[in-house]
Amino acid sequence: MKFRAKIIDVGCLNHFTRVVNTVSRLTKACVLRLTCDHLYFVLSGRVASGGVSMWCELSQGNFFDEFQLEGVSADANEIFLEVAPENLSRALKTAQNAKSVKIKLTKKSCPCLTLAAELPSLSSVSRVVTHDIPVDVIPRRLWHDFREPQMPDFDVSIYLPPLKTMKSVVDRMKNLSNYLVLEANLNGEMNLKIDTDLVSVTTHFKELGNPPWGDDGSQSSSPAHRDPDLMAEARVEIRKLQQFLTGQQVNPSRAMCNIVDRRILHLIFLHEDVSLQYFIPAVV
Amino acid sequence: MPLSTQSQADADQYILIASLDNARNLSNILKAISLRDHAIFNATQNGLKVTVEDSKCLQANAFIQAEIFQEYIIKEDAVGFQVNLTVLLDCLTIFGGSTVPGVCTALRMCYNGYGYPLTLFLEEGGVVTVCKINTQEPEEPIDFDFCSTNVTNKVILQSESLKEAFSELDMTSEVLQITMSPSHPYFRLSTFGNSGNAHYDYPKDSDMMELFHCTSEASTCKYKMSLLKPSTKALALSCKVSVRTDSRGFLSLQYLVRNDDGQICFVEYYCCPDEEVEEE
Repeated sequence: MKFRAKIIDVGCLNHFTRVVNTVSRLTKACVLRLTCDHLYFVLSGRVASGGVSMWCELSQGNFFDEFQLEGVSADANEIFLEVAPENLSRALKTAQNAKSVKIKLTKKSCPCLTLAAELPSLSSVSRVVTHDIPVDVIPRRLWHDFREPQMPDFDVSIYLPPLKTMKSVVDRMKNLSNYLVLEANLNGEMNLKIDTDLVSVTTHFKELGNPPWGDDGSQSSSPAHRDPDLMAEARVEIRKLQQFLTGQQVNPSRAMCNIVDRRILHLIFLHEDVSLQYFIPAVV
Repeated sequence: MPLSTQSQADADQYILIASLDNARNLSNILKAISLRDHAIFNATQNGLKVTVEDSKCLQANAFIQAEIFQEYIIKEDAVGFQVNLTVLLDCLTIFGGSTVPGVCTALRMCYNGYGYPLTLFLEEGGVVTVCKINTQEPEEPIDFDFCSTNVTNKVILQSESLKEAFSELDMTSEVLQITMSPSHPYFRLSTFGNSGNAHYDYPKDSDMMELFHCTSEASTCKYKMSLLKPSTKALALSCKVSVRTDSRGFLSLQYLVRNDDGQICFVEYYCCPDEEVEEE
């Protein structure tokens, strides 16, 4: 198993750092899956994580100048590592103004991702700062736990409102309640609702637009047959939704969500070279 | 539903309707009295009076005259109710507390009467939020019986001068002592904390002193720091403050507040003196 990669462009480095920061805000531990073309940060929906799952996909070519991978075997040319993204985040912080950053899989007292940042210095000799980030190699027999999630058979798909507004409303609602209901229909309408003993609050968003899922989407019941005014809803812990909205350092070019009525809230943020999916289970 | 297309039928049920183009003109002044969770609302033809009390020793009132509102309709002589002020403030600032120029949250506040929730319609950038806040039977605010005839000493200062003092007050001091005297030190704030005593003196001929009215006697009174410290919020919003004490040692602080549109509102605090047990 071998992995080495190098970033030399400061824009790519900053972008990569922002993605890692976002992931580190969402989870303390996750799986880093490396393939020849992509990097994935994966959190599978275990009870321990409160049932939320995350899938963050980056195309390697848009970040790394050099990328060499030799996976577990020829027919399984991938590497799965368990890592604490915060460690990676912290290491990248010191590499902010680096001329180059090299990442490679090494074996110290345990397997590590070693990050070496070449920093500018006044003398002709560069300063190198090295971080050894401990990782756990995940054996092949467990890889199926970290497969790409299937697009759920959703009832409604809708673009999210401006994130700044949505975040303000969710932040305030969190002061008032532990749970909120997010409901939306195929007419571009979305409501955020809370209802407690003290207060009930509903925020109405209109004209949001619904993404046109065509041949790509795995929709068994065609959206055209659904009453456009009918709302699909998911009641979720506000904390989880807030965590997702607050963590965003990458301003998405497209933000949308899919709702499986009373089951799952599936949030999707798309950026040129990064996609982030977050699944929040609905509670009763 | 947009604020403007509310059905006439709904509007007929309400006994109180108050609208503002800028909800901050209400939320800011309410923050200045947000000492405790519960606020007593008393609406009359003249406008809105909101009262918050703390342990029967301190009372804060905010007055928002009817003219401040873009729409103010009241169908009874007096309408009173009690709400959770923290919840109300969270609702009024639902779109975020930031002050982006040109962007405002519009507010329509409605009340059907006893037993009904307080309904707020808030709108910003085409997004509408509807809040229904449960109300309770209003408690009778304490009458501090502070009338101008009993006032012994009065000063009016520009708030600027007091802001620094209040923000620096030694919180390890249990009391804030206010001295007003016809001779030096004229007007003095004192604290007695762990690191020592501190005095803030304001001479009567200072630029900041707009009015200095002291009877022949000097008065020195102590007030619990924990009760008065929250008044810093009102001070921060205000441009002028009047400080009055009466023959019983009761304190009245009155703040002149200008809102975002330059209109004037008032906030007042009443505080009982701290009764010390004399040590033998």
